[in-house]
Amino acid sequence: MKRKSHPLLGIHSVLMMIFIYVPILLIIIYSFNNTRLSGDWEGFTFDWYASLMTDDHVLEALMNSLTVGIVSTIVATLLGTVGALSLRGLGRRWKGSMNGLMYLPVIIPDIIMGLSLLVLFNQMHVPLGKATVIIAHITFSMSYVYVVVTARLAGMGKQLEEAAADLGATPWQTFRHVTWPQIFPGVISGALIAFTMSLDDFMVSFFVAGPSSTTLPIYIYGQVKRGISPEINALCTLLIVVSVVLILLAQFFLNRGKGQKKHKMLPI
Amino acid sequence: MRRSKLLITPVLLWLALFLLVPMVIVVVMSLMSRDTLGNVVFHFSLNGYKTFFDSLYLGIYWDTLVLSVVTTVVCLLVSYPLAYFIANASPRVQTWGLVLITIPFWINFLIRTYAWVLLLRTQGVVNTLLIHFGWIQEPLQMLYTKGAVLLGMVYNFIPFMVLPIYVALEQMDKRLLDAASDLGATRWKAFRHITLPQSKSGIMTGCVLVYVSTTGMFVVTDILGGAKSTMISNIIQQQYLGARNWPFGSALSVIFVITSLILILLFNRAMQSRADRAKEGRA
Repeated sequence: MKRKSHPLLGIHSVLMMIFIYVPILLIIIYSFNNTRLSGDWEGFTFDWYASLMTDDHVLEALMNSLTVGIVSTIVATLLGTVGALSLRGLGRRWKGSMNGLMYLPVIIPDIIMGLSLLVLFNQMHVPLGKATVIIAHITFSMSYVYVVVTARLAGMGKQLEEAAADLGATPWQTFRHVTWPQIFPGVISGALIAFTMSLDDFMVSFFVAGPSSTTLPIYIYGQVKRGISPEINALCTLLIVVSVVLILLAQFFLNRGKGQKKHKMLPI
Repeated sequence: MRRSKLLITPVLLWLALFLLVPMVIVVVMSLMSRDTLGNVVFHFSLNGYKTFFDSLYLGIYWDTLVLSVVTTVVCLLVSYPLAYFIANASPRVQTWGLVLITIPFWINFLIRTYAWVLLLRTQGVVNTLLIHFGWIQEPLQMLYTKGAVLLGMVYNFIPFMVLPIYVALEQMDKRLLDAASDLGATRWKAFRHITLPQSKSGIMTGCVLVYVSTTGMFVVTDILGGAKSTMISNIIQQQYLGARNWPFGSALSVIFVITSLILILLFNRAMQSRADRAKEGRA
């Protein structure tokens, strides 16, 4: 039996979508608006994007964000995948507490994570810079990789690996030819999510970045506090587009492969 | 299985060193004192906690609590119907609804907050439109008000509420509703006695996520609230990056985490006992 929703529910939902998307679309529209000050539409322009490309601060922040993003993604993907694979082989008692530990970075408020890492680096006399930002990003993004790869592993079951072992494959061969090809899309998906998390992170980076390791979100924060500017609209638009594309790609990889249970793009 | 244990060592070490140890240090630091230069001195003192009971900080803490609770309630009220609609829609609408709800989650909250500056400022979109239609003569002061902060918080955390509720509603056994309607229950009664209790876990997850995120979010007050509105997270951030009173900042963080945990526990309890009562009532 099909239950029809009340029409008011439909109207409410459409209004909510408008509420959610109008502000985001406004930034995108304003990034092409040919005026610096007024709120009116004064014609289409790419000027703000052009001036971003010649702004040394923006380019430096971009390079920092990319360096941090790429390095932290590689390490986080490695650690998260290893975590997911090895947890599978553990006994139930271990598994529960380890699973909780792996989820912890997702649950802990960003501000607590940021300041506690700041305190750690300070106590260990580690100067704040790109390295500290990278370490912080690895710590939170490996959890996301772990979650995605674990979901993928749960979806594939153990039968194929047992069959391979029965047919005389060594553990390494089983991993190389059976497990790995199955989880590979999940690993890619996890890596894309990790990269997006790193590119977007502000709260944690804000605490552990030094003066020379300003990332894009930290740069945006500094500018936004001073007021609005069309260049910031353009920069925000670029970041929105990149994040959305990366996440849609992650979703695509997560659901690739025959017989896989379809996963939803749920962050939690 | 020995290999598994070996493999997990680097992961464990990483989490211990960069997650657990730092939090332990923060707790220890909250019990230390600081010298006149702002350096932390390893000398036991409860000054960090004593400072918190200054009426100024207690007031800010109360404001933070109120804001977080109101944000959570508003989020719940506007998100539940949306989650309900998506969960009961056709598969196509469901997929699209989910994608549309999830996308903002992955857009930087800094950017989503900044968008409201464009809308709310004196020469912003809302004021321009209102003047254009002749509803107001002078632009309204909307930015840098408590309302703007609440709006920004709700706006940022709607996906946090919709997604868990959606998951709970989607997983619920819909045959129960058919049974209820066969037995003559009205739609409202069916909702009240079946759907609502079944989506409890989603409501709980959503509320906890929104509450904790609001409390920890200093950016929204910074950008939309101006200098007038301060939350405990702004104070924490200032203590670490500006005023350099780390023991006090640490004490505030410890208090933040502990009160969050207590509230979550109480909330959990309340939901649990209500559900139990409902069960008894039916039996």
